[in-house]
Amino acid sequence: MSYLVLNNLTKRYGAAAAVDGLSLSIAQGEFVSLLGPSGCGKTTTLQMIAGFVEPTAGSIVLNGKELRTVPANRRGLGIVFQNYALFPHMTAAQNVAFGLEMQGVSTAECADRVADILKMVGLTHLADRYPARMSGGQQQRVALARALVIKPSVLLLDEPLSNLDAKLREEMQLELRSIQRTLGTTTVLVTHDQSEALALSDRIVVMNQGKVEQIAEPFAAYEQPQSEFVGGFLGKANIFKTEAELSAVTPSIRIGEAVLPLDGVPMPLGSVLVRPEKILFTEAQPSALPGLMKTRVFQGNHWLCQVSTSVGDVLVIRQNDGVAVPEEGTAVHMRWRAQDMRAVLSSQLKT
Amino acid sequence: MFLRNGPIGLIFHTLFILFILAPIIMVCAVAFTGDGFISLPVNGLSLRWFKAILNNPRFMDAFVFSLGLGLISATIAIVIAIPSALATARYQFRGREALMAFFLSPLMIPHIVLGLAFLKFFTSIGVSGTYFGLVVAHTIVVMPYALRLVLASATGLDPSLERAALSLGASTWTTFRRIVLPLIMPGVVSGWVIAFITSFDELTMSIFIASPSTTTLPVRIFLHIEDTIDPLVTAVSAALIYITMIAIFILDRAIGLETLFVGKGRA
Amino acid sequence: MTAIKPTQAPWLLSTPALVLYATFLIAPLASVFLISFFNFEFYGGIQVSFSLNNYLEILTDSYYYEVFARTFGVALAVTLACVVLGTAEAYVLSRMRNPWKGLFLMVVLGPLLISVVVRTLGWALLFGSTGLISKALQALGLASGPVSLMYSNLGVGIALTHVMVPFMVIAVWASLQRINPSTEAAALSLGASQFTVIRRVIVPQVMPGILSGSIMVFAMSASAFATPAIVGGRRLKTVATAAYDEFLNTLNWPLGAALAMLLLVATIVVLISTNRLIEKRYGAVFN
Repeated sequence: MSYLVLNNLTKRYGAAAAVDGLSLSIAQGEFVSLLGPSGCGKTTTLQMIAGFVEPTAGSIVLNGKELRTVPANRRGLGIVFQNYALFPHMTAAQNVAFGLEMQGVSTAECADRVADILKMVGLTHLADRYPARMSGGQQQRVALARALVIKPSVLLLDEPLSNLDAKLREEMQLELRSIQRTLGTTTVLVTHDQSEALALSDRIVVMNQGKVEQIAEPFAAYEQPQSEFVGGFLGKANIFKTEAELSAVTPSIRIGEAVLPLDGVPMPLGSVLVRPEKILFTEAQPSALPGLMKTRVFQGNHWLCQVSTSVGDVLVIRQNDGVAVPEEGTAVHMRWRAQDMRAVLSSQLKT
Repeated sequence: MFLRNGPIGLIFHTLFILFILAPIIMVCAVAFTGDGFISLPVNGLSLRWFKAILNNPRFMDAFVFSLGLGLISATIAIVIAIPSALATARYQFRGREALMAFFLSPLMIPHIVLGLAFLKFFTSIGVSGTYFGLVVAHTIVVMPYALRLVLASATGLDPSLERAALSLGASTWTTFRRIVLPLIMPGVVSGWVIAFITSFDELTMSIFIASPSTTTLPVRIFLHIEDTIDPLVTAVSAALIYITMIAIFILDRAIGLETLFVGKGRA
Repeated sequence: MTAIKPTQAPWLLSTPALVLYATFLIAPLASVFLISFFNFEFYGGIQVSFSLNNYLEILTDSYYYEVFARTFGVALAVTLACVVLGTAEAYVLSRMRNPWKGLFLMVVLGPLLISVVVRTLGWALLFGSTGLISKALQALGLASGPVSLMYSNLGVGIALTHVMVPFMVIAVWASLQRINPSTEAAALSLGASQFTVIRRVIVPQVMPGILSGSIMVFAMSASAFATPAIVGGRRLKTVATAAYDEFLNTLNWPLGAALAMLLLVATIVVLISTNRLIEKRYGAVFN
């Protein structure tokens, strides 16, 4: 079941740890994303798996074999680099064939496999074109084909879609997922784009400052973030400090002016996270948080609203379902279900 | 730049160009004289002195000698420059600046000093006046030129290309042969060319370490001039100018003189 | 890639060059340095004895004072001439349209590929009393008889300027290429005349190029050999030709070595100190 196992992987540069004790077990055929802001250690982790950076401590075991002793050019991994790293002096077909040449594959078989993979990524007509004459999206597909044609045990993707424009990125995301499902290749994707991680992965590894904050499936990671960092990174979040409201009849908590019954949800200690799309506008009531609509932005299929309240600015996202959204400057009241509140641990000690 | 040159600029430019071309045109003109002494060919062009070169084996030998010497020195220099350039371009290490300065140091040393130094040294180790000595001296002198141009290419090389090749199973040598070398080729070729030209033209240092059997063309010309300035040596010089002009033209088309000297531009 | 540590790799790669330089650059220079302290007997040859005699002789003899003065004086004059001519030409070239720009750049830089001895021969031909310059001056009525610039400091200066000016053009050209053309446009839009634009916007930005070109030209002029030898003749010695004399004619290698060492030290001191100055003055502006 555990195909690629990272055990306590650490990389130090002097006193600072770029990656600190990362442990992760990936199943064969699984698509895992390493997600986090720049400097969180995700790229360093990838480079350690690839063999370009030597770990300070920890182990990398692939299919039962320790990888640390294997040189980079013998690990049999497929890598797609952030800037694609296509060989500029070779055509697309030659680029793709390179790995097969290194493996000593016969010319005939090589030609067949190259043709097949180019067909799979939809670039048969560009086989003899040089990278300089290709668009970013086309280059990216060649890079992917080059990495996949060698039938790698693991596919490593280093922010492969970050240089593409938004529309192309969405297209490529779908294609990437579809290709990966077809081939069944175990894949590790490094990205800072949370929507990308959510869209593509079987599991997400959220990283921050070299450490793992949470490993979970996309839906779970989004709905049940374990820390303020994860909550804030995966989508938008409102963090409220809570106090137990002892004067209420049923167990309740107080957030600002609002007193919210817990409805069976366990009493949170400290802060809770509420997703903007879970907040509704309502009439004034004890369980609603009052505020003033500060800004509202129309985004087509939804409204993005910023409401100033006694506990800070609150972000609200409302679906464009025909119901009018209060205008800027009006007084509003917001409520949400108790189940939509998640207790979160603060990532840093707040003074 | 937005504005074109005014009349003052153009007049200056014309005079400047005349200044640059004057001695060269002079040499080429006098070479065609029909007289037995230095004069301008006012009475018509004659090929008599060019023909005289063919009867003078010393100049022909020196020419061939210089060609061979240049070829060997440039090639050795380039072969040594490539790993050094890759080392400096690819890695950040302590002493990198110092190492670079060291490799480029021959540029700072006057050739007269190098000439004395090599003469003394070669005499001590018994290779004075030999071909080996000349090759070594020329290689050292042309190395910085070769190195600078190879370095320019190597610095522009994307490091992730090598990683990509490695990840696809290539050995270090294969990566160098199939990926790095083809991509730094412009620097290698232009480096070789400027190394060759520098060696071919070198005079000051070579005077000290040449011997009657190992004389380069510039040295032969210089020694002749020390003796007498006559139409023969002028014809030889003119021939050299014509060959160089062809070389200039080819170089400019292929690599671009701006790239060769200034380091930027097309290639 | 994982066999060799990244810290060792660059040194390993540089080994061939390091070996070459250590054996055939450091060693020869060291041996010349050493020999400059030896003595020379006219009938005995080189004596292995350690003394500063040679240096003292050079520094106290008025003959050598004249030689050094001529060498650095001419070098300074050549540098100034190159600054004026080279900068102006680079500027004019930069404002030309192609194909003229490329063509004239080829004309200006091309002579660098011709051996210096050939270029100097051309000047020797021009300078002689039967040379073109003499004839032209007589024809213009500026001279009453044949004029020869050969064997004169002026002649050496002119010929050296010719040899060195392309280097200055290169240095200034490189600087000019880096100037953002919009700065000129901005100045013009703010009411500056063309002259003011050159003086206040272009020259300051081109200064580093001018300065580095100057160092190069000065150092190369001071140590030039072929041109002073041919045009200067036997009587007008520079440090380089004097060292040549001692080494190959008088066979007083120690003295020649001492001359060479002094020239080397002077050259390096000028190069390094002026480089530092440029770094300090312009480093913040152009880094």
